[in-house]
Parts: sequence; C-alpha cells; structure tokens
Amino acid sequence: MTDILVQAQNVSVKQGRRILLDSISFQLLAGEITTLIGPNGAGKTTLIRALIGAQALSSGHINKRPGLRIGYTPQKLQLEQLMPMPAARFLALAGKVPATRLATVLNQTHATSLQGAQLRDLSGGEMQRVLLARALLRDPHLLILDEPTQGLDQPGEARFYELLAEIRVQSEVAVFMVSHDLHVVMAQSDKVICLNQHICCSGAPAAISVDPAYKALFGERAALAVYQHNHDHSHEHGHDHSHGHGKH
Amino acid sequence: MTTATATESIEMIDEFLIRAGLAGLAVALAAAPLGCLIVWRRMAYFGDATGHAALLGVVLGVALGLAPMLGVVVVAAIMALVVSLVSGRAAYGVDTMLGVFAHSALALGLVAAALLPGARLNLLSVLQGDILLVSWRDVALVWLGAGAIIAVISMFWRALVNATLSPELMVAEGGSLLRDRLVLTLSLAVFVAVAMQLVGVLLITAMLILPAAAAAPLARSPERMVGLAALIGAVSVLGGLALSLALDTPAGPSIIVIAAAQFAAATLARPR
Repeated sequence: MTDILVQAQNVSVKQGRRILLDSISFQLLAGEITTLIGPNGAGKTTLIRALIGAQALSSGHINKRPGLRIGYTPQKLQLEQLMPMPAARFLALAGKVPATRLATVLNQTHATSLQGAQLRDLSGGEMQRVLLARALLRDPHLLILDEPTQGLDQPGEARFYELLAEIRVQSEVAVFMVSHDLHVVMAQSDKVICLNQHICCSGAPAAISVDPAYKALFGERAALAVYQHNHDHSHEHGHDHSHGHGKH
Repeated sequence: MTTATATESIEMIDEFLIRAGLAGLAVALAAAPLGCLIVWRRMAYFGDATGHAALLGVVLGVALGLAPMLGVVVVAAIMALVVSLVSGRAAYGVDTMLGVFAHSALALGLVAAALLPGARLNLLSVLQGDILLVSWRDVALVWLGAGAIIAVISMFWRALVNATLSPELMVAEGGSLLRDRLVLTLSLAVFVAVAMQLVGVLLITAMLILPAAAAAPLARSPERMVGLAALIGAVSVLGGLALSLALDTPAGPSIIVIAAAQFAAATLARPR
C-alpha cells in the first residue's frame, strides 16, 4: 500500500552487550500523527536516529516508501557560543528551495520576523519555530520531531502544539514525534507507541490509556490524562493566559 | 664589505622572506575554514593530538628515507582517524582521551627522534618551525596542500556546517557521517603537514584556533567568520615574520604571538 510511509520490521540495536532496541516493528501511515512515549533511557532517541539513518541497525529492516521526503527537527542544536548563525542562513543550509516555498513556510511557522536574528539569541519557543521551518522547507511527507517541546514552559508547549495543528490543517504531513506531554499525546495523536527497549503497547490513545503495560510504565494517574485534557479545553488555557506570562 | 656583496645579501633576504610569506599565507588561508569548524565543534584537543603526531611522522619519514611531509600526512591521518573512532566510545571523557593521545604522540615522537642514528633531525626546528628555510619546492607543496584543503572543505561546506549543528539533521537531509569524518580528519592531517614548517609541531593547533577565535566576536555569519579568520591569519603571518626579522625571534612563535594579540584586541573590542 502507498499509504505506508515507513515500515520498521524487527528492528534491534545493540551497543556492546546492551540492548537499546529490541525487535521493534511498526508502520507510519500517511497523514497520521504517531507519538512515541517511554521513560528516560527507553531508546526513543535511538529509534529516531535509526529512522533517519543515523544509527546502524544490529538486525531488522526499516523500509521507506520510495521518494519519501522526511523533515527532521533535532532535540537541540550543538550551537557553540562562538558560532555566528543568523536564522536566515540556517534555513538556507537546508539546500536550494524556491523563494516562494521559503516565504510560505516562514509564514506557517510564524518565523518571518526571526530571519535576521542570531540562533544563539533565540528563546526556546522561537528556536523550535525555526527548526520546524527548516524541517518543512522541503515539503516533507513525514515530520520527525525529537522532543520538540523540551525546554519550553507550559504556555510555550501549548503554543507549539497549536502551531503543529495549524500546519497540519494546511498540509497533510504525517508526524512521528517523541513527547513527554501525556495530555497532548492523548489528545492529538492518532496512534501512540509506548517504548521501553521493546514496544510495550501501541494503538489508539483511548486503548493505550487503559492498557496495563501503559499503567505499569506511567502509573495509574497517567490514565487520567484523557479526562484532564477535556478539562483544560473548557477553560481556554491557551493564548491569552500565556501572553500575560510573557509580559511579566 | 664591497657594494656587490651587500646588494647580493639584500636580495637573498628578500627571496627567503618572500618564500616564507607565500608559504605562510597559504597556511593562513587553509587554517581559516578548518579552524572555524574545529572551534565550532570544540575539537581543539583533536587538533593537538593530530599535530603532535606529526613529530612521529617526521621521524618515520627520515628513518625510512621518505619525504618528511609524506610521513607526517600518513601518521597524522592515522592518528586523526583513530582518535575520531575511539573518542566517541571510550569510557573516559573525550577531553581525557584526547589529552592521552596528544601527549602520548608527542612523547613517542620525542623518544623516536632520540633513537634516530646520528644527528639527522633538528628537533628544535620541528618543534617550533623553520619557515625561513623553505625552498621554492616547499612553497609549491604548501600551496598544493592548502589548495586541496580549501577545495575539499568548500565542496562539502554545507554538509560540514550542518553536521556541526546537528549530525542527525545532516543525515536526515541526505548527508553521510562517514564522509563528514573523512573530510575533516584528512583535511586536518594535510594541514598538519603544510603548517608544520611554518609554526612547528607544538603550535599547529594555535594556528587553527587563534584566528578563528579572534574572528568569532566580530562575525555575523559562519562564512564571514571564515573570511575574517583568513584575514587575521594573514596579518599574523606577515606581522610575525616582520617581528621575527626585527627582534631576531623564531618566526613560528612570533606569528602566533601576533595572532594572540589580535585575539585579545577582538575580545576586548566586543565583550560578550
């Protein structure tokens, strides 16, 4: 089927005697949001690295649909203080992209005004928008986001996920991301993969939240994430509140 | 003293200074992009390990009757590849591993030099450079090596900068980690060989780091930082040669002193 963007089959990664990933199988489908959750050291970043081709597999296969374009955002950049890098130059480092595409993406990510800024001067939220813009430049079929909200405060997280939702209204890009924000995961994902070296459980959020393996990893309280999300929404926590925060 | 011999000796001075200046400028130009990458990646010790291995390369070259430069390129390349393979995996910190490699290489080189039969190696000139003694053939070789470094780094510049920011991002966009490693380590090995006569084994890293670090606070983009580092390196070479001539000091260390002065000036001019 052409709907399958990526198919991972029995993917294992070993480092010395340590097993980082143990026989992982899953597929990523066109247009879907798949979220990877798991405790620290569960192998989430290793799996992301394997998907983008930066990590050799000990066994198994990762098959990508021919011609698949992937947009990737790293958890963070190794930006040495001594490295001058204006955002516009950073975006140009993605390679040749038509000017119209650049304008569209900057507009989508609300990053137009950031172009002249040095990357080292950006806030966490601004940096995420620039990274997202870079990932979107080549009009990817699949976005791979490694803990996109790490280092953001709660309003910043909320704004990031709003932005992601906005972008997905405009283009049917599939998303594979690592996240710790269980509330958002449960509300926004089509599919959740729960990783702890092996896949403990995977499926639709509603099914996952009652899965014994999920409860064992994240505790009973995590199962309430679904209800808490509804609660959040009715109170309109998003924009106004966060703006007030920024001005203080 | 007759007029004829005086003119002759002035012409000789001119020519050896021109040779030294030309070779030095080539080294400064090649040092700029490589030095910036090394500063951005926090790899200064990596340069030291590779640079210090050069002494061993010279000794092996002399012992085997090869051109010293060839011995240096080979030994430095092996060192750079070994260090880049081991440093990521060892149980020790990267700084400790590189310190171990850098100083072991230097010690091994000094011991090997002492074991060479006869006085076949002027140790001091290897350690602190002897740019005033380069021949036209050396100048040509230095430009060849420097040109190769600049060509290769320019060719892969975008991937090298991307990998500096995030190796994963570079791979995700179609780059190769192996290629990145090879380009950087082999360029460094060739640089060690071409810079050795200019500043000597001990100060090779300084020639890479100082101009780049001096350029950093003044530059607004990575490419401008490289351009500025080249300019600062060139001023260091010419200023250092002048200083060496005026005060009768060794040329290599004099060049680095001028670079250090520019670093101090740049840092004070724009405190961050």
